[in-house]
Amino acid sequence: MAVTGIILVLFLILHMLGNLKIFTGETSFDHYAHWLRDIGTPLLPTTWFLWIQRTVLTAAVLGHIGAATVLAMRSRAARPVKYAHRRKIHVNYAARTMRWGGVIILLFVIYHILDLTTGHLNPQGDPSNPYGNVVAGFAPERWYVTLFYTLALVTLGFHLRHGAFSAFRSLGQQTPKGERRARIAALVFAVALVGGYLLVPFAVITGLVA
Amino acid sequence: MNLTLRIWRQHGPEDKGRMVTYPVQDVSPDMSFLEMLDVLNERLILDGEEPIAFDHDCREGICGMCSLMINGEAHGPQRGTTACQLHMRQFSDGDTIDIEPWRARAFPVVKDLVVNRNAFDQIIAAGGYVTAPTGSAPEAHSVPVPKADADAAFESAACIGCGACVAACPNGSGMLFTAAKITQLSLLPQGQPERYTRVIGMVDAHDEAGFGGCTNIGECASACPKGIPLNTIGRLNRDYLKATAKRAGS
Repeated sequence: MAVTGIILVLFLILHMLGNLKIFTGETSFDHYAHWLRDIGTPLLPTTWFLWIQRTVLTAAVLGHIGAATVLAMRSRAARPVKYAHRRKIHVNYAARTMRWGGVIILLFVIYHILDLTTGHLNPQGDPSNPYGNVVAGFAPERWYVTLFYTLALVTLGFHLRHGAFSAFRSLGQQTPKGERRARIAALVFAVALVGGYLLVPFAVITGLVA
Repeated sequence: MNLTLRIWRQHGPEDKGRMVTYPVQDVSPDMSFLEMLDVLNERLILDGEEPIAFDHDCREGICGMCSLMINGEAHGPQRGTTACQLHMRQFSDGDTIDIEPWRARAFPVVKDLVVNRNAFDQIIAAGGYVTAPTGSAPEAHSVPVPKADADAAFESAACIGCGACVAACPNGSGMLFTAAKITQLSLLPQGQPERYTRVIGMVDAHDEAGFGGCTNIGECASACPKGIPLNTIGRLNRDYLKATAKRAGS
């Protein structure tokens, strides 16, 4: 869970930083997007690096879902008779929404790939002009798309907040002082990442990027 | 105080069980929760009914026998308190109180509110001990123990093995109990020889007993009547990773 999560988190950081290149202008952003297909050339043929990266990410996603499924099935088996009266005393919204939040994020990722990678659900869908696809995709009249992206990213934020803290713990974070630091670091990281991602659709919808 | 109790009744392990309602009159706010159950049981016996079976022993919060889920909270509404140390002043006249046993596959119900917690004994038997002779007190200066380590070990040694962590855990995991024992032993010099075989043995025994997996939610530490901190689980994880690496390396 922790190891596959860390691979996905590393990708999320790079992806977020890459997105911010949209603020450097159309030419620069499109150039960056095309460069992603050329990483590793001429050592590797064009798009090979991209496909290697996609394979690793898909494996990490499957591993992450597999581990989560094992944990969920163990939980279910560990309490065959439910409580008639149950009160949760520890407030931890992020930790309690990991499983369904994860499902929502997966559905979002599928939608996101169809929108801005393959272009099937994008109003422009032109692979040679990613900048234009983003601008068309988050156009003000498609506000519901931005709303869905926002909800999904907030869900991702909760998932990351507990996920990051939990990864520290799984990998042996063991002191009370370290626990406080890990909780703060996880919160700051989740907010920074979600904030960085949300800048793009909100910049488009407000006309800052056009 | 007059109360309405809804209590889990189950004749034996094979019985399906059900919640049964009992009115209780004239409860003193100074009674402990278990005394209130005693009063109800005395009346049930006089009426020729089967008294309610519940676990209890010391009634001073140190034996770990009492194990009641009260209104959906392990050991009831007062934090850091076992059910036997809970007083009826925590409740109000006219309240309805639900009382259930711990719910976990590893803790099967024996009768009514009594569960079998042998699974904890199996975890202890798989490594929760030291082989160093500890009967006679050694010279205190011969093996220095840092104060912080001694304090953390003592904090974990306060675990009474009641099982509230398992009862409260949304995953039905017994990791807080296991981690408390690991922490207590692995922080002290006497626990070093078996440190890494212990953690593997105890975690394996935990999983075999049918407990769920830990997802670091924190419900256990909030429910623990002895305030065992959640970070003990990180200590267990660290020892477990080191033990796995050592085993792979040897």
